[in-house]
Amino acid sequence: MKKFLLLFVVLVAGSAVHAQPNETLIKNATVLTVTRGTLTNTDVLIRNGKIAGVGKNLTASANAQVIDATGKFVMPGIIDAHSHSMLDTINEGTLAVTSMVRTEDVLNPTDVDLYRGLAGGVTTLNLLHGSANPIGGLNSVVKIKYGRPASEFLFPGAMPGIKFALGENVKRSSSPNTPGVTRRYPNTRMGVEEVIRDAFTRARDYKRTWDEYRAASAKDKNLIPPRRDLQLEPLVEILEGRRYVHAHCYIASEILMLINLADEFGFKIKTFQHVLEGYKVAKEIAAHGAGASIFADSWGYKIEAYDAIPYNAAIMTRAGVVVSMNSDSDERARRLNIEAAKAMHWGDLTEEQALKLITLNPAIQLGIQERVGSIEVGKDADLAIWNAHPFSVYSRVDTTFVDGAVYFDRAQDLARRPELAKERATLEQAEPNKPPARGAQSPNTPRRRPTTRTDDEIDELEERP
Amino acid sequence: MKILITILLICVPAFAQQIGNPTTQQGVIPARGVFAIRNARIVTVSGADIENGTVVIRDGKIEAVGTTVNVPAGAQSIDGRGLSVYPGMIDAGTNMGLVEVPQGANGTVDTSEVGELNPNAKAITAVNPHSAHIAVTRVEGITNTLTAPTGGLISGQAALINLLGTAPKEMAVVPQFALVINYPRVGFGGGGFGGFQAPPNLAETLSNNERQVEQIRKMLRDAEAYGRTLDAYEKDKTLPRPDRNVVLEPLVPYVRGEQPVIFRADREAEIRGALKFAEEMKLKPIILGGNDAWKVASLLKEKNVPVILTGVFSLPSREDDAYDILYENPAKLQQAGVRFAISTGDAGAEVRNLAQYAGMAAAFGLSKADAVKSVTLYPAQIMNVADRLGSIEPGKMANLVVTDGDLLEIRTRIRYLFIDGRPVVLTSRHTELNDAFKNRK
Repeated sequence: MKKFLLLFVVLVAGSAVHAQPNETLIKNATVLTVTRGTLTNTDVLIRNGKIAGVGKNLTASANAQVIDATGKFVMPGIIDAHSHSMLDTINEGTLAVTSMVRTEDVLNPTDVDLYRGLAGGVTTLNLLHGSANPIGGLNSVVKIKYGRPASEFLFPGAMPGIKFALGENVKRSSSPNTPGVTRRYPNTRMGVEEVIRDAFTRARDYKRTWDEYRAASAKDKNLIPPRRDLQLEPLVEILEGRRYVHAHCYIASEILMLINLADEFGFKIKTFQHVLEGYKVAKEIAAHGAGASIFADSWGYKIEAYDAIPYNAAIMTRAGVVVSMNSDSDERARRLNIEAAKAMHWGDLTEEQALKLITLNPAIQLGIQERVGSIEVGKDADLAIWNAHPFSVYSRVDTTFVDGAVYFDRAQDLARRPELAKERATLEQAEPNKPPARGAQSPNTPRRRPTTRTDDEIDELEERP
Repeated sequence: MKILITILLICVPAFAQQIGNPTTQQGVIPARGVFAIRNARIVTVSGADIENGTVVIRDGKIEAVGTTVNVPAGAQSIDGRGLSVYPGMIDAGTNMGLVEVPQGANGTVDTSEVGELNPNAKAITAVNPHSAHIAVTRVEGITNTLTAPTGGLISGQAALINLLGTAPKEMAVVPQFALVINYPRVGFGGGGFGGFQAPPNLAETLSNNERQVEQIRKMLRDAEAYGRTLDAYEKDKTLPRPDRNVVLEPLVPYVRGEQPVIFRADREAEIRGALKFAEEMKLKPIILGGNDAWKVASLLKEKNVPVILTGVFSLPSREDDAYDILYENPAKLQQAGVRFAISTGDAGAEVRNLAQYAGMAAAFGLSKADAVKSVTLYPAQIMNVADRLGSIEPGKMANLVVTDGDLLEIRTRIRYLFIDGRPVVLTSRHTELNDAFKNRK
């Protein structure tokens, strides 16, 4: 029995996230609710993965896990509206329109950068296709359930989306001209407009064909259905308002181009991504009803980023645009709290406005605002406990919850380190892992993709022979 | 009285606009003069903080600091109530002024010369005083950068500059501060994108690495010999007159250990390699990068070799590394008694975020006071300019930042900025674009 118990304990320790109490009470914290202000000396009750109570002196059942959060801060899990984490590949760049490919097919749930994101208080990601083509692949919205199978990551009910891209990456500006190889169309911002116009013209015809078939087949059951077109189906969903467009863009002219084109075809751009010159055309973006998902202050890394300014969030917010701050980088994802605080430093957003940039606003942009993005009773218990105000540079995350379960805990992480160090030492001593003697081949180990890169840089790397 | 204070407070930003000239206008440099920042919290860095103190600046230098300092007649006075004065921040690992747009505009990139051995490539020659990056960076409280070339094995010579001036000469604090060597990296197979790589042959890799080290060694030995030949000729003009060699000549002070040599090295093997090489060649080494420095801490301490850390915000290099391994690197070096500074390691655009790199280190074990030192006094000490920069003391260059709060906090604003005793207006390409578009209807 004792042996059995020991085995059990080891199993539990090895899969800390899998055995969780169904009730947790976080006591006496400062709670940044996002929608209902900042509440001091407040408890948050988590039950069955949901937020069951927010208030003073809450009580929980006897078997609840109780966390004393005196002096600590609770904020909603951060939502990163532009990520390429856990994608085994990012760009299908061979065609200008690749709406038939899906990020959902290449999810790697063991990507360690997911854990590093959790350690920065991030709980939800919008996994986007790269920016190699005017119309790219389909996105996946996931909760970071690190340690669980990929299928459990998918955020139920999130609006399906797609990546569009404009500008330098689409033009392949950084790709070398290879003699004898024809460049992929388009090569200019004129061509980008034409490619998208052509695709939606075809999609509109395709939709009409199906609409006509459906109307006619109500009367005549023997009609042969039109041939399915996997490239055009997602575009029809866009036309019907059932799929969100997340459009990578930089300069003012291309932003206006896409707004005009979408207006002409009668669909909406849900978010402009990066949108570095959004501040120049903020009123047009607001009038279209699009959101903007941006970097806090990245600029100057290429020509189309040269007019980027860190006041972008503030100017667009004041114009009425729903703005979020994203990472586009597994490195930056770990400190989105700092990125959001920068909107207070540059441009004087209020604390609540700045908090929304990484919580409620990205939730709205992904169609999951009823589930996450604020601390309210009934919402998913996706939240993090910070040891100081998350807008302080001196803060760090103690514990991160997803659906009420602990997926990161600093104390547990620290406690496991000696054990991991021992395991590493043992493995290094094992015969197959010893460094080869001089002259031998080194072990054939898989190398991961470089994780610090944004999709821009990845484009470039992938294309180089 | 309360109203008066309110009026005074409101007037502070307006007053800031009155002193100095708008320096984003190219070619305009604000005049030095006599200034007094009164009733401020003074974070001297080298000594205790002073509450309600006064700093007097005269003709480019700090003249007096303290609570009983008299404001000289005719001084332009700044009401520092509620404000803090810090020494300007220093980033000792940048390419500031050598790159405007790194991608898609090669004409604006001046970081790497052709070939492996370019000791005569001098950063100070190519620094563009009118780069938009300079004003964008300084308005966040960074007054100085070490700007370094990057290419080949011997990249060239790095310059310590003030982020103010209309010509490189006006910006230079130490125009040729250090020689920069990329210490050859062992076993890097190249490529590295996805899936399985063709495994590099270890013997080939090692011998290639040794060949690269030997290339550096040979050039430094040649420089030694060249220096001896010059000396001999100086003493005895009857000897054959040696031909001047513009490539070897700049190396002489470095091979004689008179000036430091910066080794770019992140991994343990390269750091150890660089330390061994520096000892063999009797150089004065500084490690730049230093991601694995915590593993080599006792050796770095023993050899008294400082490290300029550029990787605080880098992802850990191995999958099984602790998530905070690089956040903690500064605290570990501090505990081990290794001299270090924190840098962004960035070409230019990201340098303005230097304070957050230091702040993150403080979130993971470094004391807040040491975090401030890691971007002020420590880099000044490492670069041997602590007599001029890095703290608030009489006689030092007046590179000062006046803030409305903790220097490293994100929400803190810079209210006044002095570089070389000149009051710098807090505008940049970014504030100008903001002004141009913020009220567009």
